[in-house]
Amino acid sequence: MTATRTEAPTIAPTRLADADLDLLLLIRHFELALLDMFGRGELHGTTHTCLGQEYVPVALRPLLTDDDFVFSNHRGHGHYLARFADPHGLLAEVMGREGAVCQGVGGSQHILRDRYLSTGVQGESVPVAAGVALHLKRTEPGRLALVYLGDGTWGEGAVYEALNMAALWGLPLLLVVENNGIAQSTPTVAQLAGSIGGRARAFGVDHLRVTSTDTEVVRAALTPVLRRVRERSTPYVVELLTHRVGPHSKGDDSRRPEEIAHARAHDWYARYAQAYPEQFGVHDERQRAYVAQVVADVAGRPASRWAEADRG
Amino acid sequence: MAERVVENLNQALHALLADDPALTVLGEDLVDPYGGAFKVTRGLSARWPDRVLSTPLSEGGIVGVAGGLALAGQSAIVEIMFSDFVALAFDQILNFASKSTAMYGRRVPMRLVVRCPSGGNRGYGPTHSQSPLKHFVGIPGLSLHEVSPFHDNRAVLAGMLATGRPGLLFEDKVLYTSRMYADGVVDELFRYDLIGPDGDVARVRVDEEEQADCVLVVPGGLAARAVAVARELLLRDDIVCQVLVPSRLWPLDTDTLLPPIARAGRVVVAEESTAGGTWGAELAQVVHRRLWGALRAPVRLVHSADSVIPTAAHLERTVLVQDTDIRQAVKEVVSGD
Ligand SMILES: Cc1ncc(C[n+]2csc(CCOP(=O)(O)OP(=O)(O)O)c2C)c(N)n1
Ligand SMILES: [Mg+2]
Repeated sequence: MTATRTEAPTIAPTRLADADLDLLLLIRHFELALLDMFGRGELHGTTHTCLGQEYVPVALRPLLTDDDFVFSNHRGHGHYLARFADPHGLLAEVMGREGAVCQGVGGSQHILRDRYLSTGVQGESVPVAAGVALHLKRTEPGRLALVYLGDGTWGEGAVYEALNMAALWGLPLLLVVENNGIAQSTPTVAQLAGSIGGRARAFGVDHLRVTSTDTEVVRAALTPVLRRVRERSTPYVVELLTHRVGPHSKGDDSRRPEEIAHARAHDWYARYAQAYPEQFGVHDERQRAYVAQVVADVAGRPASRWAEADRG
Repeated sequence: MAERVVENLNQALHALLADDPALTVLGEDLVDPYGGAFKVTRGLSARWPDRVLSTPLSEGGIVGVAGGLALAGQSAIVEIMFSDFVALAFDQILNFASKSTAMYGRRVPMRLVVRCPSGGNRGYGPTHSQSPLKHFVGIPGLSLHEVSPFHDNRAVLAGMLATGRPGLLFEDKVLYTSRMYADGVVDELFRYDLIGPDGDVARVRVDEEEQADCVLVVPGGLAARAVAVARELLLRDDIVCQVLVPSRLWPLDTDTLLPPIARAGRVVVAEESTAGGTWGAELAQVVHRRLWGALRAPVRLVHSADSVIPTAAHLERTVLVQDTDIRQAVKEVVSGD
């Protein structure tokens, strides 16, 4: 059974607490600012924004504790900001400025802070997270390892090797699949046979598919999942049908205009603005201004330094 | 009589598991009663059922799990059944374990060792006989070691884990059943000592003999063969050969290796890997650059042929490096000037 994906949802979004809305908007404006800077040639390298997908880590935020491990991927700015609310450190990392979380060595895709880690090789962190989950199961029961991964990443064998071990060994490993229907330029239907749910079931691993882009609805759906992973020490796959509103990285969006329009129609941002214009207006402006200030602050900083002693 | 290498490795793992409650040993078919394809892990799972794990056939996944344990501050030792299969874990080694030590802008200790039974001469054929160490040379953050009959594996493994850098430990399969050397004695002619700051390099030489005609540098898997060659060279050709066997092959311990090479002025580097991009070539370029004025002959490399490694014994011999190749190389280098 596949949910309908051709029309914008008709139900109005749930009104969010200010803190949730602020976080969503912080991520949104952070990503827009990055694209803006790239456009002006002020950023070096590449970046992958999570425009349209911001609600995923925001929904998960209160369901996680600092003692849980989070493994992020190339599209990880939202994951990071939802965990640390630290746009300065992240932007400094992307720009290679003082105060960068990883001294500018890792950049957008390679960040390690406390129990948060991202890497740029698709699927690689799933077995790593299984190893961490093994450690948690033995010494810190009740804690879990969460991995964010995209639909395209289900082409990587590492995912299945890890899922197999996680199921065999009863590991508290939660895979959060952000299924945005595309991997770089290739639609999911052209790169994924069967279904993610079918693949999870083949390992005897529970799977939940969530189609809503409403932060509260997603959070409510995921609450029992995280409880179950913690209490039973078991892997779980949650698949969130989501929409990539922006390009894969910078200007590389080869989708047809109607496909892009379809993604935009599902964007929580415009829908929320329409549903709650007053609340939205105030917070949107506040976060836009805050991010502008972060950009000005970080852009004015000296270059980051990588000390000899920190070089491994 | 000294213990066999396989026993030394097994005892090393027993000791490490006893010493370090944060250590996990994992790999395919490790648990008792099977105890690993080469029996290196025999008896471990009976004592530590929770920390010695038989895994599915998933080399990349297993090394990934070990990387996760290391990331969480634990120690992990992985056994790859045949080193040929470490190819399936290349991503985890190249892009995760070794990178993580530095790519987050600060030192992140990764206490992880991947044990790799390697080498030929056992008739296992093209995909079970290789010496893939050379494919891992020059990966920042990664150390490469090879088991030798001179180096106690408890110290080697403990030392590797203590560095906080992930490492690969190659174990030439022909060594497993051979005996460790002990007490500085090789035979009635040759003695050995461990030199360098960590005693990392075994130096084998004729008793009391200071000046060698040639230095022969080999990884541990070739150590016994190199000693046999040195013995023959002494008895039959009157050539005095000193054998150096580093435990750590990468990064190169040049401070320890170069002085004896400079004294002899002649060096042969032998290894079992097939031709091209070899460890010896890396050592050679350092020796040429640093010791050019002291050399009496160019560095001579000996390795297996540029070929797949055949199964049948008579064919395998035509590809793998032979004692006669090493002996011939030393003779040529010594008579060349
Ligand atoms: C092993 C690997 N192969 C290829 C890439 C290049 N790459 C980066 S993102 C991406 C697409 C990933 O698609 P998906 O998993 O659906 O995530 P999304 O980008 O849609 O969030 C590709 C091919 C990579 N980073 N790692
Ligand atoms: Mg995708």
